[in-house]
Amino acid sequence: MTAGPAAAPSPAISRRFPPVAELTTVSLGLVVVGGILMASYAPRRPPLGGPAVLAAAAAVLLLTGGWLAARLRPFAWDRFFLVFRWALLAYVISAGMIAFAFVKDHTRGAPLGLVLAMLVIFALDVPFIIAFTVARYTAPTGHAGPLPDLSQRA
Amino acid sequence: MTDVGNMQVGAVGSAQVTARPKIQVVPLKGLPIVAAVVVFVIASIAGNWLWALTFCHVVGGALWTAIDLFVGLVVGPILGRLSLQARAEFTARFMPKMVLLMPTLVLMTLAAGFQLALQLGNLSTASPNHGWLVASYCVVGVMAVIALGVLEPANIAVLFEMRKPEPDGAVIATLMRRFVLTAGVTGVMQVATLIIMTRVATQ
Repeated sequence: MTAGPAAAPSPAISRRFPPVAELTTVSLGLVVVGGILMASYAPRRPPLGGPAVLAAAAAVLLLTGGWLAARLRPFAWDRFFLVFRWALLAYVISAGMIAFAFVKDHTRGAPLGLVLAMLVIFALDVPFIIAFTVARYTAPTGHAGPLPDLSQRA
Repeated sequence: MTDVGNMQVGAVGSAQVTARPKIQVVPLKGLPIVAAVVVFVIASIAGNWLWALTFCHVVGGALWTAIDLFVGLVVGPILGRLSLQARAEFTARFMPKMVLLMPTLVLMTLAAGFQLALQLGNLSTASPNHGWLVASYCVVGVMAVIALGVLEPANIAVLFEMRKPEPDGAVIATLMRRFVLTAGVTGVMQVATLIIMTRVATQ
């Protein structure tokens, strides 16, 4: 194990990134709030305005996070995608189970569409945060020399 | 680096060999159990099977709350005071189990709980429990964002760091601090869940 109390700051720790994980976590938070708003009306039909706005904002934040991440070079993309696809599988199963419960409880039409949209964002948000967190501490394959600060370029 | 049973023995720079456990990020042996639990919960929801829904919600919730409280308030502070080496040893054995255990318990508790509340009429605005249930959604929502957005990514990143031939102690220490802090916060929030659920059960 490297590093000790007197050691210089670890390059992996000191390397800075744009706020990809932060934006995606806020996106996750907005989807959760939207879900709570809709669930608080169950089994009645919920008003869709508030949850729709929250879902749209969550989608924008997720896309912004994805756009910021896509510009990162050098970055451990191989590790990112390895983690992302397995986490995606797990969270698609999770989201699928929640969707099943809503369908089973006769949620139909626009409310079901909105719930599904939120679940898609949820199922992308979590794997994205996990994969980014793992990849940011991983040295990019084939990169030699010190890693640049990426927080300004994006 | 050599494998010795389930331990790896390797040199760190010029330092003496250090025994490190071999890390498996997702314990594959646990996957059939997770699959069985998920199938059981789906069958309970599909059949609106009251006993099974109650079982999944009560057992899942009790384990989730107890583990969160124990890890957040007992294990976490102890872990924070251990040496980096001891922390690494503990983490290598503890974290992979949490990767499977906690999401399964959360899924089991919430999915069964929502269906149970629907079946018992607690979701209706006319029910005296409605307000308490909305409060529980809020508490669970905060815990979900902390657990899924901060705690779980840190947990998995630690495991990947520990799989490296030369793990970076500073990265592990930083991520573990995040893990211990957020586990403490969710542990405290579980107290609110206990208050809400005992109110719901007794109204």
